[in-house]
Amino acid sequence: MSQDSQTPRGEMVSIMLNGAEVQADPYWTLLEAIQFYGIDIPTLCHDEGLTPYGVCRLCVVEIGSGDRTKLVASCMHPIWEGLEVRTHSNRVIKTRKTILELLIARCPSSKKLQDMAALLELKEVRFEPLNDDCILCGLCVRMCEEQMGARAIGFAGRGPERYITTPFDMNSEECRKCGACMYICPVCELRCQGPQAETVLCSGCINTEPVCAPDYGDAMCFMVPCLSCVKGPEDVK
Amino acid sequence: MTTNESKLDSIIDEYNAEPGSLISILQDIQAEYNYLPEESLEHVAKRLDIPRVQVFGVATFFKTFSLKPKGKQQIHVCMGTACHVRGSKKVLEELERKLEIKAGDTTQDGEYTLETVNCVGACALGPVVVENEEYHGQMTPIKVESLLNSK
Amino acid sequence: MKVISVNKLEALRTEILAGKDLDKPCIAVCGGPGCLANQCLEVRDAFVNEIAAKGLTDKVDIRTTGCHGFCERGPIALIYPQEIFYQKLTVEDVPEIVEQTIVNNKTVDRLLYTDDEAGQLVETEGEVPFYKKQMRLILGSNSKIDPHNIEDYIAIGGYSALVKVLGGMQPLEVVDEIKNSGIRGRGGGGFPTGRKWESTRNAQGDIKYVICNADEGDPGAFMDRSILEGNPHSVLEGMIIGAYAIGSNEGYVYVRNEYPLALKNINLAIKQAREAGLLGDNILGSGLNFDLKVNRGGGAFVCGESTALMASLEGKPGEPRAKYIHTSDKGLWDRPSNLNNVETWANIPLIINNGADWYSAIGTESSKGTKVFSLVGKINNTGLVEVPMGMTLREIIFDIGGGIPGGKAFKAVQTGGPSGGCIPESLIDLPVDYDRLTEVGSMMGSGGMIVMDEDTCMVDVALYFINFLMEESCGKCVPCREGLLRMGEILTDITEGRGQMEDLDLIQDLSEVLKDASLCGLGQTAPNPVMSTLKYFRDEYEAHIKDHKCPAGVCTELITYSIDAGNCTGCGLCLKKCPAEAITGETKQPHVLDAGKCIKCGICYDVCKFDAVIKE
Repeated sequence: MSQDSQTPRGEMVSIMLNGAEVQADPYWTLLEAIQFYGIDIPTLCHDEGLTPYGVCRLCVVEIGSGDRTKLVASCMHPIWEGLEVRTHSNRVIKTRKTILELLIARCPSSKKLQDMAALLELKEVRFEPLNDDCILCGLCVRMCEEQMGARAIGFAGRGPERYITTPFDMNSEECRKCGACMYICPVCELRCQGPQAETVLCSGCINTEPVCAPDYGDAMCFMVPCLSCVKGPEDVK
Repeated sequence: MTTNESKLDSIIDEYNAEPGSLISILQDIQAEYNYLPEESLEHVAKRLDIPRVQVFGVATFFKTFSLKPKGKQQIHVCMGTACHVRGSKKVLEELERKLEIKAGDTTQDGEYTLETVNCVGACALGPVVVENEEYHGQMTPIKVESLLNSK
Repeated sequence: MKVISVNKLEALRTEILAGKDLDKPCIAVCGGPGCLANQCLEVRDAFVNEIAAKGLTDKVDIRTTGCHGFCERGPIALIYPQEIFYQKLTVEDVPEIVEQTIVNNKTVDRLLYTDDEAGQLVETEGEVPFYKKQMRLILGSNSKIDPHNIEDYIAIGGYSALVKVLGGMQPLEVVDEIKNSGIRGRGGGGFPTGRKWESTRNAQGDIKYVICNADEGDPGAFMDRSILEGNPHSVLEGMIIGAYAIGSNEGYVYVRNEYPLALKNINLAIKQAREAGLLGDNILGSGLNFDLKVNRGGGAFVCGESTALMASLEGKPGEPRAKYIHTSDKGLWDRPSNLNNVETWANIPLIINNGADWYSAIGTESSKGTKVFSLVGKINNTGLVEVPMGMTLREIIFDIGGGIPGGKAFKAVQTGGPSGGCIPESLIDLPVDYDRLTEVGSMMGSGGMIVMDEDTCMVDVALYFINFLMEESCGKCVPCREGLLRMGEILTDITEGRGQMEDLDLIQDLSEVLKDASLCGLGQTAPNPVMSTLKYFRDEYEAHIKDHKCPAGVCTELITYSIDAGNCTGCGLCLKKCPAEAITGETKQPHVLDAGKCIKCGICYDVCKFDAVIKE
């Protein structure tokens, strides 16, 4: 789905993207159009190789005009002629920050979430941390179903009790132990245990800008001390 | 508890083993066995040709279904808004105290299951407690003892 | 009995009517949910036995009907042909009624309704103040028919709208008529029904579905139940007309599992309709093929949402999807699907029979027709009321509802269920109208109307709704699942005395995210109860936070119980009943309550006959 979707498949339509009129393929999702034009918006439950799920709501953008605007999940939203989109309005940014705040409160140990928090300039988490290890993004379920064809895991329960499991919470015959679920999981990777490891928001890096991802890659975080944000030789112990 | 496979099949066949009828099929199975035995869910997944994980997902999503056997006496406390403003919370708390279980659980001896329900439509009689399909209206914490003793 | 043409149906109707003796006495016993809970079936059986004992079984009809609406006064019986209204019946009253009214044509005055204002007894149903101001176009039929008998429905004109449609209207004409009537969805969304029919009709695809949403999840709402139990054929007739207009051959009725009687009655009605040739192939010789299946819900409020309902019809968990593509284009099994609420379907035959002009003359500019409300809570006349749109809340609550019991002060009315808001006294002259209710931070919803008085704590009400929604949320999207959880934590803190003023800002932020970013209507409207109570009753929130007090005396952590030694006679009743053994004292000596052990259950306060327990 990823490479093909960059190629237009027929007649294009005009949309207004952050004030500029651009052409978009009506078969794209809104997210694909936004990314095509090089605009970066955060995503979490999205993966190019899997069907979009639209549950993390981080990819929300504002559509419409005047007093008839609303936020929509761009990964699921279709393109149509005349669509007006703003990817970074105040309303959108505030929403993304609060959603990330809720996610970090659920799962503070996730490196990916901590990095996103730094990029979105989230300054505080006002909720009691739950120290969970799953954010129910569903990537593992979709990976198992769509790419591995196994359907060994799925959602169970409802609401705050919702969780991901095998049938009857037992060893699944369908599971081939391929590890694809762990590979795709965005929170499997733990945050580094830097100088202020107990705080909910990662301040492990002496210098929070730039953050270790995506510029330095994973390897840095397994080194003790993490060398990704040293300012000068004198900082190396 | 072993389930009778031919009994399960007769329920499934009544709905032509259509995947869309999964919820109705599970309801009939639960009505038969007083809960959803694991073997029955495996069998349904096989007959309907749907992933086991989907059957488990449906069985754990809907409140009506129970994967553990229910008690002989079912006590349902209505938690609708009308009953709430008339004091149903205190009635529930007294029942939890007297039965020594929390809502959603069954007593150790398998006698009582205590559950909350969202509105039984008898708001004029609120707060309402339904015991084995018998309605008890205008319930108060004080009336709980006689309700439990009456059976 | 199969009627194979429009003419044959009319002939059948004439035959049924000819066979009816309009002077024959009929005892219509209300079998609605409230009366059922009040042992009305025992009263009905008593009537059957008494009539038999008097040898009158052939001369008197006894009918168990759907809900008559006046639940507060149940069990109710209407005696035809005079329409004498008897209320609060017990088994013991039955012989007297049979003797006095059936045999001797006299009223049993002590069982009649007393109009306190006019200071007189009222004989007939129409004169009862509760009913006088109502416009019972939908519910009024309940008392006239036995829901298990299709002939009763035909006798009161049932299926005449279908005759009109199949006998000479084109599908597009039907769609236009519904559009012009202005009817909006009665399930809560308030979307113009005609436009939905038109979209589904115009959608691409040969297979289309019509679906009836009978999930009725709003706690405190039992309108749909009463229509489905009391007059199931009216819903069927609406759906068959809809199927014709939209071009559908297959339909579903999705009934919540908690309504066994509604399930029984709709299944029986479908069976009878099939036998009569009103469902199945070549209905009334028109060429229309249409049939229905009944599916049960599984106990999930979220399945009242259209996409979640359709997911559960596909055998999947009831998880909604974002409606960027409407269900009228891609719904059940990705095919065009038209979903309407029970009450919406029940209105269709009325519109067809009387015309769009007649219908749109009832109600307001933006809200046409009547609406059935369940008027419950702290109200004298609990029950189902049906009024024209535009009637004010004051009229409904005080003129029809009879005001607040115990002389207490009205505080707020909550409309729209968990998706709606609380409306304070200052706005009580608001007309009931989709847009007006939304403007003040509430909504029409499915018609639940919960009345609250001075003893209701609005913070507790907000917490109640958040807890309800948290339990019912499907848990798929982050704002709803995580947001409601955190909102619940904050409100619990406030009701237990741990709130901070900053919490109110946090509630505001969470509410905005829920409203803007939730995937479906449940999350998007979840903030309404909290936001409306915060807007109109901020002082109560501040009292909980700043003063650690619950002004209404509800939040247990903020109440203290103590014993007034002056009033206490030492009877020992509270000591005996206290589950925490927090009360000590000698017989006939004033007792003492140990606040440290007290679990604030309130039982001592309830049992004390000497006003010796103080609650503050």
